[in-house]
Amino acid sequence: MLPDIPRDQQLGILRKMLMIRRAEEHCIRFHDEHQGLIRGHFHVYIGQEATGVSVCQSLNDDDYVFTTHRNHGHVIAKGGDPKKVLAEIIGRATGYCQGRAGTFHVAAPEVGVIHTSAIVGGCLALAGGTAYAAQMKESKAITVVFFGDGAMEEGVFYETLNIAKLWQLPMIFWMENNYRRSGRGAGHAATELTHVPKALNVETTVIDGIDVGVVHKTAKEIVRRTRAGEGPLFVEARTHLWPGNAFAMPKLVGGITDIAWAWNPDAAPEKIREWHKEHDPILNYLRELAAVGVSRAELEKLDTEVSQEADAAARFALESPLPEPTEAIKYAFAGKGN
Amino acid sequence: MPTEMTYGEALLAAIDEVMEHDKRIVLFNPGFIGMEAGQDKLAALRKKYAARIKFPPIAEIGFCGIATGAAMAGLRPLVDISTATFSYEAIPQIVNEAAIAHSNSGGVTNVPVTFFLKFGIRGGGGVQHSGSPQSWYWNTPGLQVVMPSTPADAKGLMRTVLLQSQDPTIFFGHDRLLDDRGSVPDGVYEIPLGKADVKCQGKDLTIIATSIQVPRALAAAEILAKEGISAEVIDPRTLQPLDKPALLASVKKTGRVLITDESHDNCGVAAGLAAIIADEGFASLRAPIKRVSIPPVPVPYAVPLEDYVTPMAQRIVEVARELVR
Repeated sequence: MLPDIPRDQQLGILRKMLMIRRAEEHCIRFHDEHQGLIRGHFHVYIGQEATGVSVCQSLNDDDYVFTTHRNHGHVIAKGGDPKKVLAEIIGRATGYCQGRAGTFHVAAPEVGVIHTSAIVGGCLALAGGTAYAAQMKESKAITVVFFGDGAMEEGVFYETLNIAKLWQLPMIFWMENNYRRSGRGAGHAATELTHVPKALNVETTVIDGIDVGVVHKTAKEIVRRTRAGEGPLFVEARTHLWPGNAFAMPKLVGGITDIAWAWNPDAAPEKIREWHKEHDPILNYLRELAAVGVSRAELEKLDTEVSQEADAAARFALESPLPEPTEAIKYAFAGKGN
Repeated sequence: MPTEMTYGEALLAAIDEVMEHDKRIVLFNPGFIGMEAGQDKLAALRKKYAARIKFPPIAEIGFCGIATGAAMAGLRPLVDISTATFSYEAIPQIVNEAAIAHSNSGGVTNVPVTFFLKFGIRGGGGVQHSGSPQSWYWNTPGLQVVMPSTPADAKGLMRTVLLQSQDPTIFFGHDRLLDDRGSVPDGVYEIPLGKADVKCQGKDLTIIATSIQVPRALAAAEILAKEGISAEVIDPRTLQPLDKPALLASVKKTGRVLITDESHDNCGVAAGLAAIIADEGFASLRAPIKRVSIPPVPVPYAVPLEDYVTPMAQRIVEVARELVR
């Protein structure tokens, strides 16, 4: 369903989701088309854009967001500049972290993403910390920690959840279930992952994480309640693993997303046709907007604009300088170090 | 007029002083004292600052991570981990989050959190409660390592760390020092990080000693003095930052150096300091660098076994004698 907000805001959500998609397509192309540009492992957020964007839409600038190895989308959703994200992904001096962080650890303190851990549960406890700090400072800021089903296998999840409940911390445990772990039946003994927070008396909500309207409505209410002191709250947003994420390294198995597939699903390559037809939050949202009368031309124009902006961001990243080698030894300490 | 107080009481006094003026300082699980002295003072501190004190569940990875996140958001948490080995449960948050965040962010995110660790061979601690992880943490870029040896130094350094530090700090207090008494200057004073202190002047050899090894080295120096050997005892007080110039100056003066720290020999603190002296002070040396620390074995329980591995004053004396012979 469509979120219950004015049309320009509805389109604003689309714009941001598309920006994440286009930026991450560039990320994969950096790897595939430029030998040695991304030397290590990386992960993308494709297929989960509806949750990050709709949640961050409900947040204030001074709210904290924590994320994971799948951070690019969350940083852009919270207001991060795609140029600085893409530059960081390929280790450029112009990136958010001056090339020190890379794809796994993009942090953008200026928009409230103060640290990013690529350990799947690494940021859970830190998020408890910013929530506790807000509580101590009697500020209205809340913290949202995004994590995946895999993070619930780590002990830090249980310890943080327990403390968060005991201390009534103003935080939201926003679990994006992409079924990368639990879908394989590998990692968790619980029948439903929400049974774990329920056992600690943390209220849970399970939603369709690819439906922008549902996510937006849930996020708005959960954020309101958390700000009012009803936290911590737990949400499981269920998404569907993008076929390109089924490998160790993400692959553009069907090429970049063509929004024309929203209207002609059968035009999509067979390997990804069903996913884009049923499970792609962006194409589903496009179809809903078209159904209420937004013209195809307008939507295509919006996509063209976003794609051009993403292309420019990718060019910016590629043309940006690498850090000076001697920068390597900076920043171990904020104080004098040695 | 200096005041006599225990190491633990000195820590409590520093904490009380700074908490009164700086509302950003919060405490998790405050203890800081030994088994004997200071119980009334601890109770008073807990009462006075109850609104800024938490007693978390037994969940080290959880509460150390929460303290770290709170520091990122502008608080200055001081976490009493209690027995140092309990920090091993929180290594992912201390080493893999707190220590790296400033660097990862390109110098933007500061993490002024302090973890207090009661460490070392305590007497009957056995294999799991006698840990000395100072070299692990010293080997982690991004962490400050503070290990004062006297009540006066403990008070001054705790004040500095709580008020001024911008980095995560591991503050080591040896279990056997917490009830030791010493004279503490009256009034407010700070001891800067990275400033070594010569605890006793000498000319024949330098003994670099950390934490509990300082009183052991001073006891050894007295014995050696009776034999005509003049030992200088120098306490780095903080390993990170490290006052290399002061250590090298002392070695230059004496030409001989014995390094003693209550961690294990292999890749221990003494080994790290020895490497620095070999690199930067080799020309001053008239004899090989010697180390007195714990042999590479988990610390055993029974008295004779534990005594055998503890780097006592007598061992310092024996090695010092060899060195000047």
